Amino acid sequence: MAEIVLDKVTKKFADGTVAVDSFNLDIADQEFVILVGPSGCGKSTTLNMIAGLEDISDGELRIDGKRVNEVAPRDRDIAMVFQSYALYPHMTVRENIGFPLKLAKVDKATMKQKVDEAAQILDLTPYLDRKPGALSGGQRQRVAMGRAIVRSPKAFLMDEPLSNLDAKLRVQMRTSISRIQKRLGTTTVYVTHDQTEAMTLGDRIVIMRAGLIQQVGSPQELYERPVNLFVAGFIGSPSMNFVPGTIAENAVDTVLGKIPLTERIRRSLEGHKDVPRDVIIGIRPEAFEDASLVDGGRGEGVTFTSQVDIVESMGSEKFAYFSLENAHVDSEHLAEIERDTGSEEIGAAQLVTELDARSPVREGRALEVWFDPDSIHVFEPHSGVNLTAGK
Amino acid sequence: MAITARQRSGWTVANIIVALYVLIPVVWILSLSLKDPSTFTDGHYFPRKFTFENYVNIFKVGGFGRPLINSIGIGLISTLIAIVIGTFAAYAIARLEFPGKRLMLGGSLLIAMFPQVSLVTPLFQIERSLGLFNTWIGLIIPYITFTLPLTIYTLSAFLREIPWELEKAAKMDGATPFQAFRQVIAPLAMPGVVTTAILAFILCWNDFLFAISLTSSNSARTAPAAIAFFTGASQFEDPTGSISAAAIVITIPIIIFVLIFQRRIVSGLTSGAVKG
Repeated sequence: MAEIVLDKVTKKFADGTVAVDSFNLDIADQEFVILVGPSGCGKSTTLNMIAGLEDISDGELRIDGKRVNEVAPRDRDIAMVFQSYALYPHMTVRENIGFPLKLAKVDKATMKQKVDEAAQILDLTPYLDRKPGALSGGQRQRVAMGRAIVRSPKAFLMDEPLSNLDAKLRVQMRTSISRIQKRLGTTTVYVTHDQTEAMTLGDRIVIMRAGLIQQVGSPQELYERPVNLFVAGFIGSPSMNFVPGTIAENAVDTVLGKIPLTERIRRSLEGHKDVPRDVIIGIRPEAFEDASLVDGGRGEGVTFTSQVDIVESMGSEKFAYFSLENAHVDSEHLAEIERDTGSEEIGAAQLVTELDARSPVREGRALEVWFDPDSIHVFEPHSGVNLTAGK
Repeated sequence: MAITARQRSGWTVANIIVALYVLIPVVWILSLSLKDPSTFTDGHYFPRKFTFENYVNIFKVGGFGRPLINSIGIGLISTLIAIVIGTFAAYAIARLEFPGKRLMLGGSLLIAMFPQVSLVTPLFQIERSLGLFNTWIGLIIPYITFTLPLTIYTLSAFLREIPWELEKAAKMDGATPFQAFRQVIAPLAMPGVVTTAILAFILCWNDFLFAISLTSSNSARTAPAAIAFFTGASQFEDPTGSISAAAIVITIPIIIFVLIFQRRIVSGLTSGAVKG
């Protein structure tokens, strides 16, 4: 059990590139913190610095109040689960899980008891005498977990531990990691590039981009009040819709029509100096609804009618896709997310709406969708700052 | 793709042809070594009159025992030292970034390609003035030099195959660098080490050039060189029988060596370490 403090931790490589720039974070005891971001954002480097596998160029890392910058990984009492699992192929599952105890010179009886205990937590008891080569992907992942939990370390570090599993197993393991962490109450730092994993697992999420922290907060906070375009585009699936807008008297002109500025939005805009006329408007797909299904309060909403391109029915809800004319958002902040995910949807001239499953929406037909004008986010186009995030 | 009966028989025939091509000279020399000296030129492939006289002669008259011991001793010592140094060097090359790494690899490759004939004369002079001529050490040193490039190259290829994350995992599990090497890397590198050791040993065992140039008596002369000094029972007699017998004898340790160690060459030992 430990508290981990990163105080202006910086990683500069020999060739001059700065992988992590002045990283500040206080991780409380028993907390589950997620580092998330596109590839190359420095999240794994940060994790490796906490582990001691990478040297810290500048700043200070404290575990339980003690500076550990110069402490070797083996003396930090931290366990790590690797993306590739990194199991010792010449050892059985029992020997793999027991390896940290063997190195710590724990006596045989205690070792056996602890390994059995860990195996039981992870449902590995029947496989203890097998070699890793004879296990399935999910079982190997659990052995890697077992090796981490067996010696009750101060903290767990996990480097994309689920990315090699297939989708169904990943969801399953996600739940069991969460359960194990809650049960053991061990401080955990978890690295992933998958925002769904980040949202579902973490107490707190740290979003990184190009070595810099973008925002730290609870999943709900990041979802509701993203501080900039990058965070807004990164969190949420499907991604937030972005359309260009022009602020005119008490409203924003967009391809979706004139969106009136609500009291809340007007006030937060007033809090900023030099709000430009041209802004980027962000609306989450969930903010939309089929207009025919909205009865009360419809007068306050904004409606938009267009031809539906594609409908995806998920059973519990439906996604309707619209094409928008002249509404492409060209932003460096969003381009980076697109590059990472390989998709071209974010910022593209298209609108994704999440509708109730009862909606009679059909592909190729016109549909009127409704949204609450208070649900919009207004971004400054150059810096990408969310002008409506509030304090 | 299933193998048809036709393909199978085709492969069988091809294998038999290759096996015959390789084995006929071996059988021939075995047959020569078992022939009675008077029947060498009788023109028969298989001996009509069996005798072990040639084998007895090379040890009793030819004094082949001492060169054989020299060969085994020099070969084993050279291999051992080359493997130890080579493993460390290969580990550094595979795992670490250090200045001069390319130079070191290039240098070792250069040594391997250098024609040995051109080095024999200078080596002869150097060893004579240092008093190493005609000693075990005088042969062990050049053997190590010429087997090191081979060991470094093959071992670094093997070590590179071992996922680096295993070492990181060992570090996180509380291992010192030496414990990580000893308990995780070394067991996984074993097949590579054994394979390389066999190759290095064969290289030393088969050497003729250095053995004949840097020795002058049986105190350090190795088996291949000793064979060259065989003489017949009289000046009118060819030492064919003795040479054949000695050739068979020096094949035996290699076969034993390979048989002992081939069990340790288990491929695919790293499967299951990391995904993909």
